[in-house]
Amino acid sequence: MKSRGILGKIYIFLVMLFLYSPIAVLVVLSFNNSRSRVVWGGFTTKWYRVLIESKSIMEALGTTFILAILSALFASILGLFGAIGIYSMRRRNYRIMLFCTNIPLLNADIVTGIALLLWFVRFLPLGFSSVLLAHITFNIPYVILCILPKLKEMDVHQYEAALDLGAGEAYAFVHILIPHILPGVLSGFLMAVTMSMDDFVITYFTRGAGVNTLSTLIYGELRKGIKPEMYALSTILFFVVLILLILVNLPYERMFSKRTIKKKVNIEK
Amino acid sequence: MLRYTVRMSRLKGKDMNRKKGRLLAIPYIIWIAGFTIIPLIFILVKAVTDVNGSLTSANLFAIFDPLHRKALLMSLSVAFFSTLICILIAYPASIILRTSRITNKSIILFILILPMWMNFVLRIFAVQLLISNNGVLNYILTAVNLPPLKIINTPWAILLGMVYDYLPYMMLPVLNSVLSIPEDVIEAAQDLGSNRFRVLTHIIFPLSLGGIGSGIIMVFVPSMTEFVIANILGGGKIQLLGNIIEQEFTVTMDWNLGSGLSVSLMAFVLITSMIFGRNNEDTAAGISL
Repeated sequence: MKSRGILGKIYIFLVMLFLYSPIAVLVVLSFNNSRSRVVWGGFTTKWYRVLIESKSIMEALGTTFILAILSALFASILGLFGAIGIYSMRRRNYRIMLFCTNIPLLNADIVTGIALLLWFVRFLPLGFSSVLLAHITFNIPYVILCILPKLKEMDVHQYEAALDLGAGEAYAFVHILIPHILPGVLSGFLMAVTMSMDDFVITYFTRGAGVNTLSTLIYGELRKGIKPEMYALSTILFFVVLILLILVNLPYERMFSKRTIKKKVNIEK
Repeated sequence: MLRYTVRMSRLKGKDMNRKKGRLLAIPYIIWIAGFTIIPLIFILVKAVTDVNGSLTSANLFAIFDPLHRKALLMSLSVAFFSTLICILIAYPASIILRTSRITNKSIILFILILPMWMNFVLRIFAVQLLISNNGVLNYILTAVNLPPLKIINTPWAILLGMVYDYLPYMMLPVLNSVLSIPEDVIEAAQDLGSNRFRVLTHIIFPLSLGGIGSGIIMVFVPSMTEFVIANILGGGKIQLLGNIIEQEFTVTMDWNLGSGLSVSLMAFVLITSMIFGRNNEDTAAGISL
């Protein structure tokens, strides 16, 4: 089954063309020295300057980053302990917890957003804090689903051996358990950052007036008519996500295991 | 005897560990209860009551009103066709990636799935730029003397936007499942006399059904509940169920009706997940790249 060379390559190329031509248009237009969408007026970086000088965009950018980092951080901490807790549960409770964890993932964003809105208006003025709470809520499942497989892979006997050899529980936790699942926590954290930056629908429903993330800002601008600095913003965002993703997909496991192998060799010496 | 006592103490120790371990989940359990379960109860309560707080089933059945039924049908058909088109694009791609001798497969995989992580609103913006009446696509078409496409503000634009937006979500699980079929199985089938076509229909296809199932969930559910794409590419002229719910919450402010429609929508989501997601682990695996 190895003969479908050139046709297959053309097909894959067409799919890539479909996926990337809109993005390519955005990137090219961000350097276009004319307001037209189709006429090339020469290379310029002025839209990037306009972008930096725009107060509302910079504010939204700041909100987006702070929101992403904070929500990912809280979600990672809650998710780390949650995952360990779920992992040590008996079968029935384990299943119930896993089901509950999956709810925000499987449910439609619009329903999650509306449900949170209905709940928040009872006790909280809508604003940055309500958006933060919402983001933590939909980020935790990603963190847990990144950590659980690492826990399953881990050899429980190592942890027990540490205890038998006189390690305190806290010591064994920090020195055996945490290093084992750290790659999972890291990729969970980065995934949470990406998810938070990507979200529109849940933010849209839970934000109050005046709070804008990049998603909601772009949406608002789109309905008013497009300004060229939006192209610049899109280009920057695209490359930020690209870098983040490359970071997420770096082979952490290999890096970590190399380090542990080195340690082992040193001990044997 | 000694061994026995050691084992006993181990078991006991392990049990105690487990108990302490479970305690660690308490903050998370509180969080789930507070921000996942209670909000869902709230939306249910809103859905079965009217403005004065007395019980009613009108909001739940409002989905069958002529206006809402039209939106529901539109949502269902747009979701159905976008899911179908995504399968038709993603499946051949994954078969090609599996069988052909393309080098650097992992980089191609990365490229095919990368758009999934780009900002959602931004991707629709990009599509709008490309297909609008005075956009790049029409510029190219008129340049080569072809008639311009007038698809913006039509259901076709919404369909195109959905396929563009959700294709990576289909790509990821389908690719995962097709690429993870062990080569041994295929070789065994070939040794036993199967030709290529038979290998495809009797080995690869059945073994990749799980991936297709999660792909269907990951495309059908969001496109069924979508309102942003319809607002931007449909120019607000085409109403999907998501648009109606959004307007109930932001314009009309009838939160009870909005909740009722959301609960009906949730029923569709649940049914889809139950039909196509029997293998839950697969969905989870599909989400982590």
